[in-house]
Amino acid sequence: MPDISVDFCGVKSPNPFWLGSGPPANTAYQVMRAFDAGWGGAVWKTIGEPIMNVSSRYGSIDYKNERMIGLNNIELISDRPIETNFTEITEVKKKYPKNVVVASLMVESKQATWHEIVKRTNDSGADLIELNFGCPHGMSERGMGAAVGQVPEYAGMITAWVKEVAKIPVIVKLTPNVTDIAHMAATVNAAGADAVSLINTINSLVGVDLDTWVPRPIVGGASSHGGYCGPAVKPIALNMVASVSHHPKVNIPISGIGGIANWRDAVEFMLLGSTSVQVCTAAMHYGFRIVEDMAEGLNNYLAEKGMQSAMELVGKSVNKVKDWGDLNLNYKVIAKIDPEKCIGCNLCYIACEDGAHQCITAAPRPFGDLREGTPAKHMPQIKEDHCVGCNLCALVCPVPQCITMQEIDTGRPPMNWRQLQESRGKNPTCSMDELLAKGAAR
Amino acid sequence: MLKQVAPRLTPEQYENNFSDINPPLTQSQALEEGSRCLFCYDAPCIKACPTEINVPQFIRQIGTGNVTGAATTILNANIMGHSCARVCPTSVLCEGACVLNYENKRPVDIGKLQRYAVDSVMDTLKLFEPPADNGKKVALIGAGPASLSCATELRRHGYKVTIFDANPLPGGLDTYGIAAYKLRASDAVREIELVRRLGVEIKSNVLVGKDASLVELEKNYDAIFIGIGLGGTDDLGIPGEDLEGCIDALTFIRETKENPFDEVLVGNKVAVIGGGNTAIDVVTAAHRLGAEEVYMIYRRGEAEASAFKYEIELAKKDEISFIWQAAPTKILGRGKVESLECVKTMLGPADTSGRRSPQNISGSEFRLDVDMVIKALGQSKKTEFLQSINGMKLEKGRVVVNAETCQTANPKYFAGGDCVNGGGEVVDAVAHGKKAAAGIHAHLAGKSANMRGTHA
Repeated sequence: MPDISVDFCGVKSPNPFWLGSGPPANTAYQVMRAFDAGWGGAVWKTIGEPIMNVSSRYGSIDYKNERMIGLNNIELISDRPIETNFTEITEVKKKYPKNVVVASLMVESKQATWHEIVKRTNDSGADLIELNFGCPHGMSERGMGAAVGQVPEYAGMITAWVKEVAKIPVIVKLTPNVTDIAHMAATVNAAGADAVSLINTINSLVGVDLDTWVPRPIVGGASSHGGYCGPAVKPIALNMVASVSHHPKVNIPISGIGGIANWRDAVEFMLLGSTSVQVCTAAMHYGFRIVEDMAEGLNNYLAEKGMQSAMELVGKSVNKVKDWGDLNLNYKVIAKIDPEKCIGCNLCYIACEDGAHQCITAAPRPFGDLREGTPAKHMPQIKEDHCVGCNLCALVCPVPQCITMQEIDTGRPPMNWRQLQESRGKNPTCSMDELLAKGAAR
Repeated sequence: MLKQVAPRLTPEQYENNFSDINPPLTQSQALEEGSRCLFCYDAPCIKACPTEINVPQFIRQIGTGNVTGAATTILNANIMGHSCARVCPTSVLCEGACVLNYENKRPVDIGKLQRYAVDSVMDTLKLFEPPADNGKKVALIGAGPASLSCATELRRHGYKVTIFDANPLPGGLDTYGIAAYKLRASDAVREIELVRRLGVEIKSNVLVGKDASLVELEKNYDAIFIGIGLGGTDDLGIPGEDLEGCIDALTFIRETKENPFDEVLVGNKVAVIGGGNTAIDVVTAAHRLGAEEVYMIYRRGEAEASAFKYEIELAKKDEISFIWQAAPTKILGRGKVESLECVKTMLGPADTSGRRSPQNISGSEFRLDVDMVIKALGQSKKTEFLQSINGMKLEKGRVVVNAETCQTANPKYFAGGDCVNGGGEVVDAVAHGKKAAAGIHAHLAGKSANMRGTHA
C-alpha cells in the first residue's frame, strides 16, 4: 500500500490535500468536519483585523450542464475577531494533532503589526504560516494582499519581517496578477520564505447581467472586480507552478492551488513540482466529501504506477516542460480516424477547414431518411500528406479514442529550433529543409 | 345506435386519456437536452428532414437563449414546425439520423426541442414581412399542410394567395386526422394563424367543384395548387358494410377532434381493420374513449404491418388485442353491427411488389362479438375531381408532377402532398408545398426555381 502522506517543510501531512484559505476553512467547526472527512490539512481563512463584507459576494461561469466551472468572489478576509480564530486553531490542533493547520495572515504593512500577529500565531499551535500577498480585491485597495504581492520589494520586506519572529515555517502565497510569478517566488525565497503557494485568484469580472447591465456579483446595482478561481483557472495555475519549479533561484517547496477538484488534478500539480495541493472551489461546490475519492484515487494511481510514496510524484514532469526552441522540429504526428468509432459528425472536418489547416475532406452528406433504409456511414478523411499534426481534430472529436495522433517516422535525426538557427549560421546557402533533413550534429 | 356503447368516463378520465403523449420540455430540460447536441457540420438530421430544418442551428439558438431565433430557423424551413414537432416519425427522420445513435446513445430529442422553440413564440411571431404584391394571384385548393406551406413560400415573393377549403376549419388532416393525444385540433388551428399573419387568405366551407368552379379559379388566378389530399377510407368489399356501427377510420378520428370526447360514439367492443398508423390511431382512440375490448385485425403479420414500431408499441401499452394474419369476411347484424366474421390467413409467395400476399385459410373462420367495425385500410384517391381538370395526368390515382417543380401535366396546375405521394407525413407535404411554390414562382416570374431546402 503506497504512502500518500507528504512532508512539507518538515511538517508531516497525512495526505497532500489541504483546504485552501477561504470560506470552507473559516471556522473550527468547518475545519474539524473537513478533517473528519479526510482532508490532510487546512489553510485557515485569512486572519487579520476583522472586515465587513458585502452581499452578494460570488459570481460564476457555467458551461452547458456544468455549473460553476469558474468562480469569482469579492469576499474579504475573515470577518471574525483575531482572537477567536487563534483560539479555534488551538482547539482544532488539540483534537487533530496529526492534521496540518496553516494560519493565513494579512495585516497592514507595518513591521510591528506583523511581528505581533506572527508571535500570536507561534503560540497558537498552528503548523505553518501562510502570508496572503495575493488577494486581488478589496484588501489591495487598503495596501494589503495583492498590493504587497505585486511589488517584489514589499513582498520581500514583509517576508523578512515575518521570518524575524516566526518559529514555524512560512509559506508566501503568490498572486498570479503579475508579469512573472517566478521572479516573485525567487524574491521571497531570497527573503527567507520556507515555501510558496500559488496561485491566488485572478483579477476578474465574471460577467454582466444582460437585463440590468450590472456586472455580477451584483451589490445594490453595482459590482466590483473580484478574484477568479475554479476548474477554469487550472491551466494558468499549472503553468505558473511549472515556471516557479523551473526558476533556478527557487529551491523551496510549493503548495499548488488553482482549480483542483479531484485526484487527477492534484497529481498534475504534484508532477509539476507541488508538494501539497490546496482545494477551495470544489469544496465550496460539493462539500468536504470529495476528498474521499481524492485520497483513494491517488492511492490507486500510485499503486498502479508501482510507486511507494506520493512524494515520488513531486516534480516528475518539471523537466518535460521545455522552451519552445528546445522542441524537436523533426518529430511528426498525423491524425488517424478510426472508421469503427467515427460517428460522422464532421466536427473534425469543419474545425480543420475553418479553424486550422484544411487537411480533412468530407464529401457532402447525401439527403435521405431511414424510411429509405439505413444510410451509408458518413466519414471524413484525413489528407495525410497535408496533416500538420496540430491535434485540433482529435480535440474536437466527441468520441473517445476515435481520432488519434500517430507518430510518423520522418527518417530525420532530432533537431530543435536553436540547433537549426546554429546550423543556418554555419550553412547559409542551405535551405531550411536541407538543414532539418541532416538533423542536429551529434 | 350501436348494439352496446362503451361505458361513459368522467371528464377527468377523458382529459387524462387524451393528454399530451409527449409533454413539453421545461426550460431547464430543454437546455440540458439541447446541450447533448454535438452541432454536427453538414448534419445528418438536416439531411433526413424532408424540409431540411437546420436542427443544430436551432438547438444552439435555444442554448444561447435566442428562442425567437430558434423558432424562426425552424419555421423558415417548415411553417408547420409546431405540428411536425408533435407528429413527425422522428425515429426514422431527424432523430433516426442523429450521430449519437452510432455510439449507442439516445439521440437528441429533436422533436421535443423543436416544440419547445416553436411553442414559446408561435402565438406572436410574424415570420417575415411579405414584400409588396407582385400583381400575381395563386389559388390553392385544400388547406392542409401542403397548401399552407406553398402559400407561405409564395407570400415571400409577394403573390396574393387564397386557399379554398371544404372544411369548417383549416389544416386538413393536421386538424382532423391526427390522434388527439398527439395534436389537438385547437393547436393545429393556432398554428395556422402564423400563416394567416403573413397575409394568406383562407376561405373555409368552400368545396371547389361545387361552391366554386375550376373555370372561375382558372380565370381569376395565375396558377393553381392542388393540395386536396386523399378521400375516404377504402371499402372492405364484404357483406354488412352498410350496417350501423361500421364506419371509416378518418370519420372516427375526426369525431374525436371536432366533438367533446363524451359525445363521440364508440362501441364497447370495437374491431379495427388495418395495419397502418391510422389503424393505431383508431384503436388507441377507441380504447381511450372507454371501449372495453378493442381488436386490431390485419391480414399480414406484425412484421409486415406498415405502422411504425413505436406506434405498435403504443397500442400494446393500451392493451389492444392484436389479431395478426386474419381478414374480415362479413359483418353480421340486424340493422346494426353485432359481430364480425374473419378468416385466418397465411402468407403466400411474394407478389410483384416483393411483399408476400396473404391467402385465406379455408375453414379457419371465426367470429368476434363486436359493436363497431372501423375500416382503416388506407384512403381512396379523389380521382373524380382530379379528372375533371383539363389535361391532368394521374397514375394509380396519384397526380403526376414534375419532381423538381411539382408542376402537373396542365402547366397552370401544381400539386403536392398526399394527392401526389399517395399518403405521406405532414413533413412530406410541407416539403412538396415549398417545392411547388418555387415551381410556381419559376413558372410565373420566369425565374429559375429557387429550391429552398427541400428534397422530398
